[in-house]
Amino acid sequence: MELDAKIPQGTLSDKWKHYKDTVKLVSPANKRRLDLIIVGTGLAGASAAASLAELGYHVKVFCFQDSPRRAHSIAAQGGINAAKNYQNDGDSVFRLFYDTIKGGDYRSREANVYRLAEVSTAIIDHCVALGVPFAREYGGLLANRSFGGVQVQRTFYAAGQTGQQLLLGAYSAMQRQVALGNVEVFARHEMMDLVIIDGKARGIIARNLVTGELERHGAHAVLLASGGYGNVFYLSTNAMGSNVTAAWKAHKRGAYFANPCFTQIHPTCIPVSGDYQSKLTLMSESLRNDGRVWVPKKKDDPRKPTEIPEDERDYFLERRYPAFGNLVPRDVASRAAKERCDAGFGVGPSKMAVYLDFRSAMERYGHAEAHRLGIADASEAKILELGKQIIAEKYGNLFEMYERITGENPYETPMRIYPAVHYTMGGLWVDYELMTTIPGLYALGECNFSDHGANRLGASALMQGLADGFFVIPYTIGNYLADEIRTPKISTDHPAFAEAEHRVKEQIDRLMSIQGKETVDYFHRHLGKIMWDKCGMSRNAQGLQEAISEIRALREEFWKNVRIPGTADSLNPELEKAGRVADFLELAELICIDALHRNESCGAHFREEYQTPDGEALRDDEHFAYVAAWEYRDGKEYTLHQEPLHFEVVHPTQRSYK
Amino acid sequence: MKWRQLFISPVGRKIVMAFTGLFLILFLVVHVTINACIFLNDHGKTFNAVAHFMGTNILIHFLEIGLFVGFILHIIQGWMIWASNSKKRPVKYAVWGASANSHWYSRSMGLLGTLIFIFLVIHLANFWVPNRYHYITQGEELNLFERMKLIFSSPIIVLIYLGGLVSLSYHLMHGFQSAFRTFGMNSKRYIPIVRGIGIAFAIIVPVLFALMPILVYLKVIS
Amino acid sequence: MHITLKVWRQKNQQDRGHFETYQLDQVNEDMSFLEMFDVLNDQLIREGKDPVAFDHDCREGICGMCSMYINGRPHGPLKGTTTCQLHMRHFKDGDTIVVEPWRAAAFPVIKDLVVDRSAFDRIMQAGGFISVNTGSAPDANAIPVEKDKADAAFAAAACIGCGACVAACKNSSAMLFVSAKIAQLALLPQGQPERKTRVLNMIAQMDKEGFGSCSNIGSCEAECPKEIPITFIAKANREYLQAMLAPDLPE
Repeated sequence: MELDAKIPQGTLSDKWKHYKDTVKLVSPANKRRLDLIIVGTGLAGASAAASLAELGYHVKVFCFQDSPRRAHSIAAQGGINAAKNYQNDGDSVFRLFYDTIKGGDYRSREANVYRLAEVSTAIIDHCVALGVPFAREYGGLLANRSFGGVQVQRTFYAAGQTGQQLLLGAYSAMQRQVALGNVEVFARHEMMDLVIIDGKARGIIARNLVTGELERHGAHAVLLASGGYGNVFYLSTNAMGSNVTAAWKAHKRGAYFANPCFTQIHPTCIPVSGDYQSKLTLMSESLRNDGRVWVPKKKDDPRKPTEIPEDERDYFLERRYPAFGNLVPRDVASRAAKERCDAGFGVGPSKMAVYLDFRSAMERYGHAEAHRLGIADASEAKILELGKQIIAEKYGNLFEMYERITGENPYETPMRIYPAVHYTMGGLWVDYELMTTIPGLYALGECNFSDHGANRLGASALMQGLADGFFVIPYTIGNYLADEIRTPKISTDHPAFAEAEHRVKEQIDRLMSIQGKETVDYFHRHLGKIMWDKCGMSRNAQGLQEAISEIRALREEFWKNVRIPGTADSLNPELEKAGRVADFLELAELICIDALHRNESCGAHFREEYQTPDGEALRDDEHFAYVAAWEYRDGKEYTLHQEPLHFEVVHPTQRSYK
Repeated sequence: MKWRQLFISPVGRKIVMAFTGLFLILFLVVHVTINACIFLNDHGKTFNAVAHFMGTNILIHFLEIGLFVGFILHIIQGWMIWASNSKKRPVKYAVWGASANSHWYSRSMGLLGTLIFIFLVIHLANFWVPNRYHYITQGEELNLFERMKLIFSSPIIVLIYLGGLVSLSYHLMHGFQSAFRTFGMNSKRYIPIVRGIGIAFAIIVPVLFALMPILVYLKVIS
Repeated sequence: MHITLKVWRQKNQQDRGHFETYQLDQVNEDMSFLEMFDVLNDQLIREGKDPVAFDHDCREGICGMCSMYINGRPHGPLKGTTTCQLHMRHFKDGDTIVVEPWRAAAFPVIKDLVVDRSAFDRIMQAGGFISVNTGSAPDANAIPVEKDKADAAFAAAACIGCGACVAACKNSSAMLFVSAKIAQLALLPQGQPERKTRVLNMIAQMDKEGFGSCSNIGSCEAECPKEIPITFIAKANREYLQAMLAPDLPE
């Protein structure tokens, strides 16, 4: 199948306007008769549910958590980008577009990214109107901060809880529609399969997680907003329940999966402390503004970090990247830390961590503060004390969080950090209208592949989720539904529903009947280790080939030897996890296949074979300037479809941070 | 929004409690002032004179009706809140660690109020009822100072009174500031002031009341 | 560390439920409380027993899904901390820990430590929003908001909806949760048009859901993992009083 991204005609800046001017519309009377299903209630799902219900569609929303407000968007800390140029620092739609394309290492679609930048401003307007308490200046206007190395201040934030505040805004807009009867929420429900009738997405099979019942839900279109698949690595900063099942089931029914190997690693996470570890906690990227990253120059140095003198420390980021130092992008910082740990210089009990040290910043701030207060001959202790106060003002809550988790006081001893899986740029392939390769099936937010290319910039995930839900899908879905106004209510008695339900039941019965020896977590942990070791921050052909055969073997063992307690007709978290891990075990293979086929290094995808002599990523625009969209075959093979990326406005260049 | 909501909605009920509570606090001020007359130790002359005024003045009689309405509303509403709230957790916790997060008396307003109610019944039976009865049947008041000396000669009665006043003290300790919160006082500027006044009031007023039975029993006042 | 766990087990909503005692020998002090439960469940599954069901998701203290009542305290002994962020170093070797579900008429137990908190969603549906349709908002900077008010609104909006306030309250009152939302929206200019109906409707819904009333005891504030201050309840009371005494339109 030829992949048609349906990019509108016209110059880049006119495409979206032109599209909106000419797109088909659905009349209010017809909207009332059309049913939509949305899976997931994060920023993309909740905002889509709210805005589509406002238009008059009847919307059913599904989430596996106990309330739609728990979706993992809630955990985003930093902020949301928008090209408002409130700071008068030269920002514009074009600059946000350009930074996003460049940050994505030239592996995203220009038209989509430009539209994202265009609608970004309306997101902020709408969120403020919804009562989102963004940070403000004393004059009462909105505050901004800079983020992730861009040269303007365009990030809007609400302390370190921006994701929470935005999600609660979208959630409240959706709850208003629930009260009006336009949205029905099915919490503690998990989508188990997609139902396709005559080639179009017409509904889902959902499992009521409390009773175990399988339910059939029909609709004129199905929207997936089910988030990313970072938990394929077992340990990630994702929530425990974050999973790929909805997207993967859609993939198995015919939706192409694009660029699965583009998985982002975040450099500043709290390191693993033991085998029992269930998840990793992110520390905001902003810490690198004042913290210096180092390891001891001596291998296995037994001394405490505070006892290691200055000249025996290796500030490896400053050494390798003198221009950007500790502020290199996420992928570069992560790889550099891994390189040091692999070489045996790691610190902490696991030796898989590096120090993030605030001592110099404390001294610097302390001196400035002493000067400001007019203390002429301040003692070293006094300077440090003053410096600590400044650091506490800036990062107090993060320092507290670190201490709560590790039991160490980061004011006294350097933090230990290590990279962790954080976000997945890959996802279901969608066209300009956010429709997958299955007509009537849409993918929004992190679960699609569209806007971030090979690497996502900080504070852009929230922007994309809300852009898709509030300002893109309400327009684009009309183009499809305009032709569906004569389609009557989708009957769930159709054989396609029975067949899909049967398929789901069969899988559940099969899982329950294995009664092997190992727990679901055992397999998940194992899978995570394979993926992290061989398909994590850096990859090579040999490792990936090994990973593929190891994953296959593990998958086989899973289906022979997993043990699921309890029954399928009641609340059974182990059964839920088993279904999700079964899908991760399939996706993992595709990630490795994709990583293996992409013979270049770009963004978050670093192939050791493709690097410059001094260890930097080496992109291959001649052969790989395309989106790799994979078609599911039979679980053994995947067919590659390429969507070439045409850069009409920006011209790919090699990134350099030296 | 109907006025009925004032008596049945969860916040409305609290507003009634706070309003009547503050009204009863005012009454306590009047009552304790009159009681304080005995400290003049003039053989009850001033005390009886004020009591006579309170017992016979028409205006006071009207206010007295208001006072009874206030008491009844406060008591009935309090019990209804207590009954309603106690149904909100049908299965109790095996381990209840509330002492780590709140004061026992804040959690025991219903119990303290009931104790005060029992004390109130005894107190009315001791003074107000016989005095009124005497007034209606005989056309004149009792010598309340003498009656007081008689009643407080029993150590059991004195202990009951002290128990009632301890209950009152703790009830006020929470109730005074709680009433202001219910009326919406949330300013950091005023909360400490109100809390301070509340604590002082909850200690000083019951102590002044308590001095009466104690001093009379000990015959310091005669 | 050796820990004895007494955990509430209840098959479903109808079941009466009971405590089970479990011994855990290899508890590491760097484990989180929920990771200890992972270890326990692993052990139970291997023994062929039913693992303990408990709610959890983000495990970084923000989603509000985890909900254990630990030794008589919601989210355990540590101030300003959710269960998922509570670490075993705050317990001693040999400790016995009693773990119960949130208990309230409005939060029926679904299984073991999992309770149904959908009442919170219905309270939000009653008025915890600003009625503005997508696309119709004015420029975000068109209406300045005093920084102090915006900060106060944020402090209220930090609520994670976990229900610890209800679990801690003697009356099972949800006033801290409800008042935080009322206060957030009442503090912002965008929330003004629906200010009066919002407070009346949300409090009526709270009552309907079977939560108790507030007695200003303060347990909620002390146990709230996000340290939402009880002053918001006073604020909501005032909003209620204003809405009741001074309705905008003659009825």
